[in-house]
Amino acid sequence: MQWETVIGLEVHAQLSTESKIFSGASTAFGAAPNAEACAVDLALPGVLPVLNRGAVERAIRFGLAVGAKINSPSIFARKNYFYPDLPKGYQISQYELPVVEGGHIQLQIVQDGKEQEKTVRLVRAHLEEDAGKSLHEDFHGMSGIDLNRAGTPLLEIVSEPDMRSSAEAVVYAKILHSLVRWIGICDGNMQEGSFRCDANVSVRPQGSDKLGTRCEIKNLNSFRFLEKAIDYEARRQIEILEDGGAIQQQTRLFDPEKGETRAMRSKEDAQDYRYFPDPDLLPLEISGSWIEEVKKALPELPQQMRNRFEHDYGLSMYDALALTADRDNSEYYEAVAEKLPFDPKLCANWVMGEVSAYLNNEGKSFDFCPLSPAQLAQLLLRIKDGTISGKIAKDVFRQMWAQVSAESISWKNRKGVDENLADRIIESQGLKQISDSNALEKLVQEVLTANPKSVEEFKAGKEKAFNALVGQVMKAAKGKANPAQVNEILRKKLTE
Amino acid sequence: MSLSLDDVKRVANLARIEISEDEARQTLIQLSGIFGLIEQMQAVETSAITPMSHAQDVMQRLRADAVTEIDQRELFQSVAPQVEAGLYLVPKVIE
Repeated sequence: MQWETVIGLEVHAQLSTESKIFSGASTAFGAAPNAEACAVDLALPGVLPVLNRGAVERAIRFGLAVGAKINSPSIFARKNYFYPDLPKGYQISQYELPVVEGGHIQLQIVQDGKEQEKTVRLVRAHLEEDAGKSLHEDFHGMSGIDLNRAGTPLLEIVSEPDMRSSAEAVVYAKILHSLVRWIGICDGNMQEGSFRCDANVSVRPQGSDKLGTRCEIKNLNSFRFLEKAIDYEARRQIEILEDGGAIQQQTRLFDPEKGETRAMRSKEDAQDYRYFPDPDLLPLEISGSWIEEVKKALPELPQQMRNRFEHDYGLSMYDALALTADRDNSEYYEAVAEKLPFDPKLCANWVMGEVSAYLNNEGKSFDFCPLSPAQLAQLLLRIKDGTISGKIAKDVFRQMWAQVSAESISWKNRKGVDENLADRIIESQGLKQISDSNALEKLVQEVLTANPKSVEEFKAGKEKAFNALVGQVMKAAKGKANPAQVNEILRKKLTE
Repeated sequence: MSLSLDDVKRVANLARIEISEDEARQTLIQLSGIFGLIEQMQAVETSAITPMSHAQDVMQRLRADAVTEIDQRELFQSVAPQVEAGLYLVPKVIE
C-alpha cells in the first residue's frame, strides 16, 4: 500500500523582549542560575502577573505578517500541571481567544529543479510563559532547578496538518524561522532554544481523507533533527500498520544519536490540563489604532520581497528565495543591484556565490560584510564593461577581500570606504583585458606560428584543435584576453 | 450533567489533593449542588449576550517592556530547604 505522511508543526518562538512576559526580570541568556528569577517568577505568595506590552506588540506583528485575525479581547488561561520547574503549578497560556487566530504561510519549494508553491494554514499563535529548567545531573540524588527561563515570553505558533513530507515540514520551519527574525520578534537562536519545534506526525493510506492517529515529537531544536525525526516516525508508524497493528497516540522524544524516536513516560492524565481563564489577568484589549500603528512599522515582508525580486529583477524563485533568507542578505543585494540596475542577475550570482562563500567561511553576516555593496558593484561593473573577465574578477575579488579591514561595523555605518578599490587593483596589477584588436592579432599570430601541428589538425577538420589554440592564446595573454574576441580573430586567421 | 465519585477522585488526583473516601463523598454532594446551580443558569436565554471572561468589566493594563527587577537570589534562597550552586534542589523528578 502507498502511504501518505501528514504533519502539523507547533513552534515555540521566544520573543525578543528585554523583560519577562509577566514580571520585570531580565530575559538575557546565560546569567548565573536563578539570578534572573524574581518573586513573580518564583511564584512567591502574594505576587501578581502584569503583562508586558512588548510581548503583545510582537504577537500582533506576527499576526499581521501572516494575514491572521488579531483577537480583541484576548484571554489568558491557566494550564495546570505539576513539575518542579513550574513553581505556580500552572503555566499562564492562552486557550480560548488567542492573540492571533488563523493566517497562513506561503512555501516555495524547489525540488529536483522544479519550483512549486504551497500554502500552509495556521490555526493560531498564542502568548505564554516558558517554564524553568531542571538539571538532572547528580546533586546527591536530587534535581537542580534554575528558574531564569521561567516567565520568558513565548509565541506558540500552531499550523494545520497541511504538510505531506519531512522536506515540506523543513521548508515551513525555515520560512517561519526566517519570518520571525525578519520582523524582529525572535532572535531565532536554535542552540539557545529560542526557536523549538514539536511535530505532530501521522500516516494514512494514499488518497484517504481521514487523519490517522498522531504522535507528537517534542523539542526538535534543529532542522536536520526535524527532518530525521519525522522520517523515522513515519516509517515506524507505517511498519506498525502494515503488520496489522494500531498507532497509540503518544508524546515521543527524538534521540539524535540513535536517529530514533521513543515514547516519553506518559502518565494517564498527563494531557488533562484543566484550562480555565486566569482570574489574575483581565482580558487583553487590542485597539484598532494599536494594530494600525504596528502595521505601519512593519517592514516589507519576505514573501512580498520575493515576488518583487522575481517580477522586477527577473530572478528565478530559487534566487529570490536565497536572497531573502534574511534581511541582511536582501538589503545587501538590493544595495548592489541599485548600483548595477542593468544586470540584477549578475549581482545575484555574485552575492549568492563569492560573497556568500567568503562570509560563510569567516562566519560573518551580510551586515558585517567587509566589502561594501558599492565596492562590489564597481567590480561587477568592470565585468560588464569588458575591462576584466569573470575569471579575473574572482581574483580581484579575493585581493579586495584581503585588503579591507575586518572591522566589526555594519557596512551601512562605515565611513571613508574606498569605492575605487576594484579599479585600483585592476590598474596597479595590469589586469585589464586586452581588447585592443591589433595587440590580440599579434598574440594570435605568435601562437599560430608556435603551434603548426594544431593548425594542421584544425585544417584537417579537428574542432578540438581549435579549442587548444584558444587555450594557448589565453595562456599567452595571462587570462586577460577577451575570449569572444580571441575566438573571432583566431577563426578568421585560420580560414584566411 | 451528573458527577460521579470517580470524577471527584480523578480531579483530586490531578490537583494533588489527598482526600479520604468520606471527604470524596462529601465533596461529591457539594459539587453536585454547584452543578445544579450551573444547570439552572444554563436554562437562561443568553444567545444574544457576549460572555465575559472576567467578573469585572475592565481591561488588562500593560507594563512597558523594561527590566525593573534586581538579583535577589540570596534573599530568596535563604528560605529554600536546599540549594547548591545557585540551584534550588528538589527530589529527583526523572528516574
